[in-house]
Amino acid sequence: MISGNLSAIFYLVSGVLFILALRGLSSPETSRQGNLFGIVGMVIAITVTFLSTGNFSTGFFIVLIFILVGGSIGAFIAYRIPMTAMPELVAGFHSLVGLAAVFVAISAFLNPEAFNLGSLGNIKLGSLIEMSIGAAVGAITFSGSIIAFLKLQGIMSGSPITFKGQHPLNAIILISIIVLIYLLCSTQSSNLFWILLAVSFLIGFLLIIPIGGADMPVVISMLNSYSGWAAAGIGFTLENTALIITGALVGSSGAILSYIMCKGMNRSFFNVILGGFGATEDVKSSSSKERRPVKSGNADDAAFLMKNASSVIIVPGYGMAVAQAQHALREMVDTLKKNDIKVSYAIHPVAGRMPGHMNVLLAEANVPYDEVFELEEINNDFANADVAFVIGANDVTNPVAKTDPQSPIYGMPVLDVEKCKSVLFVKRSLSPGYAGIDNDLFYKENTLMLFADAKKMTEDITKNL
Amino acid sequence: MEIDPLIFRLSIFILSIFVGYYVVWSVTPSLHTPLMSVTNAISSVIIVGAIIAGLSGDLDNIFNTSSVFGFLAIALAAINIFGGFLVTQRMLAMYKKKKKDKK
Repeated sequence: MISGNLSAIFYLVSGVLFILALRGLSSPETSRQGNLFGIVGMVIAITVTFLSTGNFSTGFFIVLIFILVGGSIGAFIAYRIPMTAMPELVAGFHSLVGLAAVFVAISAFLNPEAFNLGSLGNIKLGSLIEMSIGAAVGAITFSGSIIAFLKLQGIMSGSPITFKGQHPLNAIILISIIVLIYLLCSTQSSNLFWILLAVSFLIGFLLIIPIGGADMPVVISMLNSYSGWAAAGIGFTLENTALIITGALVGSSGAILSYIMCKGMNRSFFNVILGGFGATEDVKSSSSKERRPVKSGNADDAAFLMKNASSVIIVPGYGMAVAQAQHALREMVDTLKKNDIKVSYAIHPVAGRMPGHMNVLLAEANVPYDEVFELEEINNDFANADVAFVIGANDVTNPVAKTDPQSPIYGMPVLDVEKCKSVLFVKRSLSPGYAGIDNDLFYKENTLMLFADAKKMTEDITKNL
Repeated sequence: MEIDPLIFRLSIFILSIFVGYYVVWSVTPSLHTPLMSVTNAISSVIIVGAIIAGLSGDLDNIFNTSSVFGFLAIALAAINIFGGFLVTQRMLAMYKKKKKDKK
């Protein structure tokens, strides 16, 4: 058994290792080492916990069994999950962190002696506040992530679910959570604790159902942040430095990602959270702007254009992930490169269903990461490029965001695809994108629409090159 | 005058938020997905609380209500720890630079 001071120092060490794990992600070269730091930090934290309890009897083996069972399930999932399902996986993992936080809080509430927090019915006030905040945030994270998971998985419709009085209802529930925490702290009643948990589960569910599928990048980042705050709340209860540091890191990480995603859509955080975006727009736009002439072509035309180009920029979007076209795309690019055509990829911050989604898919298809560029890095290059190949993206290329102040996406940063000499747009139909607005790009002189499944079209182009 | 230890923990918390702020802004956007999966894995350090809860039962009564919740939390956190770190590793292994000899 090691002393409390010594274990506190080790927890601090693992907290620092977690900071280094995130620091490693500043570049792909250092990232793998960073991940290793994270693993070492985790091993230290777990080992120290065992040593500090000094309990190596039956209980210890039961704990080990649960770690092994959970660990093998986790490892199995990690190896089996296809990269396109990353957003669902992350949402699912968030829900587990949330639920684990809730369970630890329940445990601590029922058996405060084990954590030196006082006794049942007489828990230290500070600990009780921290515990109930941790439990409430954990519960919100859990039910919110479950909804996000169901929406991403397609089990639940991605369209926003709204009803009358939704916002007042949510506001009432949020206020009641605060009141419940106050009452719980003054009465120590376990009934109130269970009600608090139930209400928190409910609000997590209600907060996420009105948010549409394409806003998922914000939702996932936000839930990431919540899972961090929940961990930090429990960290305060357990007086554990590793948990406090990690909670703060994860909390701020998720908050920053949410901010980046909101900025990528030029929408305020509250606008996303209040939800219902897209539902009101469809009706208006589809009636007025119909039947403008578009030029459409086939794989042969596309191949011809690309063969005669000297530089091509690829703009992938969520549609590429749905069609699983990333490998076919890489093969097409390989053929282009053999013909001495310069190819680069342009990624919009909100392309895909989570931050960095497209980058992972391209990396999976063996696209070197130094050919992949962010919006700011590449936007000026469109003017000098011969062909832009838009595959599965839509709203993020819409020039309307720059020209029409009436448009709901006005002001959103977009890729300047229309500045290319010619644009190849792979899409299944002319239907508007998620924002419910027509893409002006379809009707430009220099745009050639390729109506087909992204994967099939890409394969056909490769054959014709 | 004595200072409540809570204040020290609060200091650590606030400073860590700032550390997190600067560290996360320096993460390259192309690694934002691995960032999410690794933050997921490290936030499962909540397992330390679960272990304490799980071991809290005495010998005659290892499975009391409190420790059962602890055991369940251990399993959940362990899924996350193994799943999170391994899937991050799997992703990071795919990020490759352009091969120079190809030219």
